[in-house]
Amino acid sequence: MLVQGIKSRPEYKGLNVEPHAKRHLFVIEGEGAAALTDQVEAKGRDFLDRSEILYLAGGAAPKAYDVALTALSPDVFWQAPTLQPLLFRLRACLEQARMGTRLYIAGTEGFIGQVMQVALEFGIDFNSIHTEHRGSTARRVQCVHCKGITDNVTTSSFACTHCGLPLLVRDHYSRRLGAFQGVNIDAEEPGTAPAPEEIFP
Amino acid sequence: MTITFRSETFREDFTFRNSLYNIRRFPFPFDRDEYMYSVNMEPHVRARKDSVFENLIDVDEHYVAEMQDRAMVLKEDPLRCQALPHMMAAQWDTLELLMEHQAQDYPEHFTLEKNGDRWRWINRPMGIDDTFTFGDAATLPYPPMEYITRQAQGDFCIVDQRDNNLWMDAGMVTTQADWSLDFDIGMNFMEWHGPVPLAHQIGVFDRALKFLLNLQQGKPTRRLNWTMTVNPRLDTSPENYHKWGPDRTTVTPENVGQKMHLRVELQSLWRLPRSNAILFVIRCYLISLEELVTVPKWARRLPRVLASLPPEIVDYKGLTRNRPIMIDWLSKYDDGSPTSAGIYPD
Repeated sequence: MLVQGIKSRPEYKGLNVEPHAKRHLFVIEGEGAAALTDQVEAKGRDFLDRSEILYLAGGAAPKAYDVALTALSPDVFWQAPTLQPLLFRLRACLEQARMGTRLYIAGTEGFIGQVMQVALEFGIDFNSIHTEHRGSTARRVQCVHCKGITDNVTTSSFACTHCGLPLLVRDHYSRRLGAFQGVNIDAEEPGTAPAPEEIFP
Repeated sequence: MTITFRSETFREDFTFRNSLYNIRRFPFPFDRDEYMYSVNMEPHVRARKDSVFENLIDVDEHYVAEMQDRAMVLKEDPLRCQALPHMMAAQWDTLELLMEHQAQDYPEHFTLEKNGDRWRWINRPMGIDDTFTFGDAATLPYPPMEYITRQAQGDFCIVDQRDNNLWMDAGMVTTQADWSLDFDIGMNFMEWHGPVPLAHQIGVFDRALKFLLNLQQGKPTRRLNWTMTVNPRLDTSPENYHKWGPDRTTVTPENVGQKMHLRVELQSLWRLPRSNAILFVIRCYLISLEELVTVPKWARRLPRVLASLPPEIVDYKGLTRNRPIMIDWLSKYDDGSPTSAGIYPD
């Protein structure tokens, strides 16, 4: 379960396909595929021929969700090897997107955050974007000291992968950065950082 | 009145001190012997002479040294001053407001001459004399908000108003109590206050937001906030926490009077005329415990307030380690007599 009650954290309300949209753009990572297949079960297949799916398997590659998504026969299914080309392709899609296009994002929180950043650059109101958190609760964290971002943080404390300071992961989230805030945990007495504890499995 | 500006530092050798005159005008934030969060807002109007409320944009003896410290912070970390692109009108609003108030209330030190859009700004303490075109950012050496807030005491946030919310979309933040503009920029009112304990649950932010959305031009409002800082350090940013955090372990019963400072923020909020944004001024005042206990009423009240704090507030304000030392030291000055209502010295 995600920690509740962080005021700065976006609420991931779940995908809810809007039947009247002219075009559906799904940006999906790993376990997020199940959020889409659940929608097909709930809403039927009508929207699929107006749908484009950009998919990144990520840590869920062994589960072969790409097979299940291809079997849906959407208008476009495209699979990215890593996040960077996925975001590149997403920009191309958004450049060409017309009125009436809906954006849906499902996957881990770090993934949602980074896709959301691109969408915000294109001036899409974040309230209009459907998001669903699936898979790991690992956090993407920005070190407040060196500003470096570390992906897939599962423990608190953890060592910043850029400057090496041991960081406490605060329950404070920036949509603009798509990241939680990490603050040096033993600043007052360097060397006294507690051992990392897995709290975001 | 001509202010004599002090030459002093807020880092390394920490030569910052308050004059006797400045101690008496310190904005002591406790109007009674206990403390809890509240929507403690009141109209930002002129109050008694020789208090920080004498003028609405207060300039004091620390002005020049504070501006020098700000320039140093910005050299180390330019991200302390940021503005999202849609905030340009609000930047000009801010420049106008600060120039007009400083020039009107401190004519010995500041002069603003307007000839249509052609403005001349003279800042004598900082040796600045610039002529520029209001509305044309290319005629100033910095963007308008940065230009004027390099010449005005306090941190400045400009919040945009839309969708029934307030958005932290620009700021100059170099004297902050442990929050990051770079992290919070673009957040709404509830989001940037996210880490504050207790206050959400008792509805303080809901009420404060409702109040601020209705703030009117020409009717600024204010509140006081406070924390404690070891050494008179203005830049207690999270960015530099690993540099100033160790200060907290240096406090002893012998040095607590000199080292520990009450840090008070006079927060004032102003509706801006062109942009409809709100200028949020967070002016920081520091006073050492030794200076503070020269006012008997404050000396009695502060240990009582510190002893009454709920544990969440002690933790959030970073007081856990040193609160007992402070209370012990201060209690010598508390003879148990009743204190008068309000914040001013007797």
